[in-house]
Amino acid sequence: MKIMATIDLTLNIWRQKDNDSLGEFEIYQLNNISTDSSFLEMLDVLNEKLTREGKIPVAFDHDCREGICGMCGAVIDGVAHGPEKATTLCQLHMRNFSTGDTLVIEPFRSRAFPVKRDLMIDRSAFDRIIQSGGYVSTNTGGAIDGNSILIPSDKAELAMDAAACIGCGACVASCPNGAAMLFTGAKISQLCLLPQGAPERHSRALAMIDAMDKEGFGNCSNAKECEAVCPKSISIRNIARLNREYAKAAFLSETKK
Amino acid sequence: MDLNANIPSGPLAEKWDNHRFSSKLVNPANRRKFTVIIVGTGLAGASASATLAEQGYNVSTFCLQDSPRRAHSIAAQGGINAAKNYQNDGDSVFRLFYDTIKGGDFRSREANVYRLAQVSNNIIDQCVAQGVPFAREYGGTLANRSFGGAQVSRTFYARGQTGQQLLLGAYGALSRQIHSGKVKMYTRREMMDLVVVDGKARGIITRNMKNGELEKHHADAVILATGGYGNAYFLSTNAMSSNVTAAWRAYKHGAGFANPCFVQIHPTCIPVHGTYQSKLTLMSESLRNDGRVWVPVKAKDERKPADIPENERDYYLEKKYPSFGNLVPRDVASRNAKEQCDAGKGVGTTGLAVYLDFADAIKRDGGNTILKKYGNLFQMYEKITDTDPQKEPMMIYPAVHYTMGGLWVDYNLMTTIPGLFALGESNFSDHGANRLGASALMQGLADGYFIIGNTLANYFGSTELGTVCSDREEFGEAKHNVGDRIHKLLKNSYEGFKDHITVDDIHKKLGLLLWDNCGMARNKEDLSKALEELPKIRDEFWDRVYIPGKGNDLNQSLERAGRVADFLEFGEIMIRDALTREESCGCHLREESQTKEHEAKRDDQNYSHVAVWEYQGDDKEPLFHKEELTFENVTPSQRSYK
Ligand SMILES: Cc1cc2nc3c(=O)[nH]c(=O)nc-3n(C[C@H](O)[C@H](O)[C@H](O)COP(=O)(O)OP(=O)(O)OC[C@H]3O[C@@H](n4cnc5c(N)ncnc54)[C@H](O)[C@@H]3O)c2cc1C
Ligand code: FES
Repeated sequence: MKIMATIDLTLNIWRQKDNDSLGEFEIYQLNNISTDSSFLEMLDVLNEKLTREGKIPVAFDHDCREGICGMCGAVIDGVAHGPEKATTLCQLHMRNFSTGDTLVIEPFRSRAFPVKRDLMIDRSAFDRIIQSGGYVSTNTGGAIDGNSILIPSDKAELAMDAAACIGCGACVASCPNGAAMLFTGAKISQLCLLPQGAPERHSRALAMIDAMDKEGFGNCSNAKECEAVCPKSISIRNIARLNREYAKAAFLSETKK
Repeated sequence: MDLNANIPSGPLAEKWDNHRFSSKLVNPANRRKFTVIIVGTGLAGASASATLAEQGYNVSTFCLQDSPRRAHSIAAQGGINAAKNYQNDGDSVFRLFYDTIKGGDFRSREANVYRLAQVSNNIIDQCVAQGVPFAREYGGTLANRSFGGAQVSRTFYARGQTGQQLLLGAYGALSRQIHSGKVKMYTRREMMDLVVVDGKARGIITRNMKNGELEKHHADAVILATGGYGNAYFLSTNAMSSNVTAAWRAYKHGAGFANPCFVQIHPTCIPVHGTYQSKLTLMSESLRNDGRVWVPVKAKDERKPADIPENERDYYLEKKYPSFGNLVPRDVASRNAKEQCDAGKGVGTTGLAVYLDFADAIKRDGGNTILKKYGNLFQMYEKITDTDPQKEPMMIYPAVHYTMGGLWVDYNLMTTIPGLFALGESNFSDHGANRLGASALMQGLADGYFIIGNTLANYFGSTELGTVCSDREEFGEAKHNVGDRIHKLLKNSYEGFKDHITVDDIHKKLGLLLWDNCGMARNKEDLSKALEELPKIRDEFWDRVYIPGKGNDLNQSLERAGRVADFLEFGEIMIRDALTREESCGCHLREESQTKEHEAKRDDQNYSHVAVWEYQGDDKEPLFHKEELTFENVTPSQRSYK
């Protein structure tokens, strides 16, 4: 059995009162951190320490701490969610770091994600993209038997790959253009891969991309940074699908006019 | 307190139909005249918000998170039950009903559970229609897996992320209604109090977590879908923000609280490993389909699992319960794990763990098949523990997971306060003393998609409701009280941290008290002791807690403090309830009430009831009431999974 190992770290954390105030980095020394603890548990320890020193703790969003709610996230040494691939910040464990390391910790930054406080941001733009059409318009009741819609298992798996997005925003934070194409592409893909999504296929693509633009997200220039940091390994093939869906939809709506 | 469950007459299978027929309706044109407040956007709250808005009501929906999609339901892993019988293995509505009521150790209402089984099939259809990517067979039909407490394969799933996919389905439906303007969505809002006017629930007071502002909201009915209270124990599998606050505020306004001591301790969680730990991680029960649970035969055996030969391993569940084996219900599996560890056979550094071994399954089906079923769970386990379950057995131990207790509701899901409804995990209704796996998702969606629409219309259609606005004095008074309480919480904040303690210090203390005395096994002596200890912790909290920051500002420490303050009060009725129920049933093992083989001994003569607690005042003992349970369609038997 392993014995509990600990490390000592220097933390360089972004502190900002709100979106209207200027922020700055503050330096904290934190010792004896168990390498079995998660990154957020390390921040808990820091916040307990700050509280005991009569200081204001660092604000950060989190909830499930299981890598599924998409609430947590920060940029660690320039990488959204930190150095481990396919991992949310809450699932990143301190065994990835060594004693003496200095970590630079800052919020996901993007024009469309204003900072609320410290590491906490406002991602409501994502909700508005979904509200514009990221669903199948079906009212409760009146659905046909589940097995009357047959979906080949590989199609279902592909749709599930896209549906696994947790909406954390790491893709936007890492994109040089602040694009939300991976997020939007994942939802469009899930629904266009499934027969249930077919009737609204075109209107959905047009509406969601329009919403995305209105929120101030940028455009994809194929930097692929989003895929590299995505905690759920959402593939950029979903962006290609988004582009195809959009092109088809735009073509059809042109010809209809 | 009037505990009329309002169960419709007629044969079990016709009750829901009869009820819908005899219920009052609100005609479509009139629905827009009603406003409904829904607190919570988990499966129950999101599905209810979408459905009621589709029907034409004006809905205001609230949640703690920055987006409704992040509610705790998102974390559910394993699956959702339905009586489709797609596998042709003998399932039926009656069997799902029977398994659920038996799994709950005959401490739930027949009529409610039967209705749940009836609508289970509609839920699957609804979710498929929304584009939820359930797992499929090669031919394209829906796939199923097995869960504990059942001998049929009736659980529908989307990898190990079923809760996520179902919630995103409901969130999509909710988003559509937000877009159409029928739902007004309030995120980062915490309900701090309920407002009752002329005996009816007419609104809530919320705290805007972004700036600390207190807000008044009025409506014609209030629906709580605020989840469970497992975080009373500090460590649990629940999301960090899960709390009892909304339900507790309702209790203090006169809503009965039912069976608060019924807390499910889930057998397969990653064991506790350090004091910095903030939560426990569940490893889905579905793993018990293929994983075999064992401990070394010899106590204090420190060899590596691979070095322990087959004949020195004790597959205690398979041995003791040959017909259900590793798939016994959760309470049985948890208790047995504890028993093994108490006997010194636990493994790992703390001795508080048992093995869950996939070696045989991998040999039988191949690593790829197993990974396809459980890949994300294996990954999560490896991330947390740094060991690969394909090479070494997992180590697991029970952890607080789900709360069967909750606000008392009648058949219409209405609490004892008219106009206040409770859905999902926040009510007590369907799971008795133990919930079977994959049935919480089913219940949350049943309540939200298929039940509340009918029963709310009946309430509106049969109740005289005057116009109520939030400028009434009841609202002002409630808001004032909330402000006062926040002020009281912050009383030490102006002096700087001296001889103080933090919110977490107290929460951990409370958690330990409950875990040690009101956890997996309970007895009179320990419970009485805990009942004496609790007020001391409460006093210490109000005396010495230090909360940094201000009230009229974003303040996460203050948010936690408010929830812990409520847990500290709530803990008391949990302990009282556990003391009063001098039988063992489901999750609730009273050490005084066991059979010779150490199985739980139920006492139907004296305890075949729902225990309901009524608030009497902060300094008074709560009043205890009973709703007697009657069984006309099943005969309560001692549960046996042998
Ligand atoms: C790790 C895990 C795995 C699980 N797996 C399964 C499974 O496989 N199958 C199964 O059937 N069940 C499972 N469960 C149980 C199931 O997930 C929950 O019981 C269910 O999701 C609860 O849903 P809910 O809608 O009642 O509440 P929640 O999803 O808990 O939602 C509560 C909502 O209320 C809001 N809220 C709470 N308090 C306030 C307040 N004061 N003010 C404003 N808003 C508030 C929250 O923001 C949230 O939106 C699992 C549970 C856990 C923890
Ligand atoms: S806290 Fe939920 S994903 Fe990290």
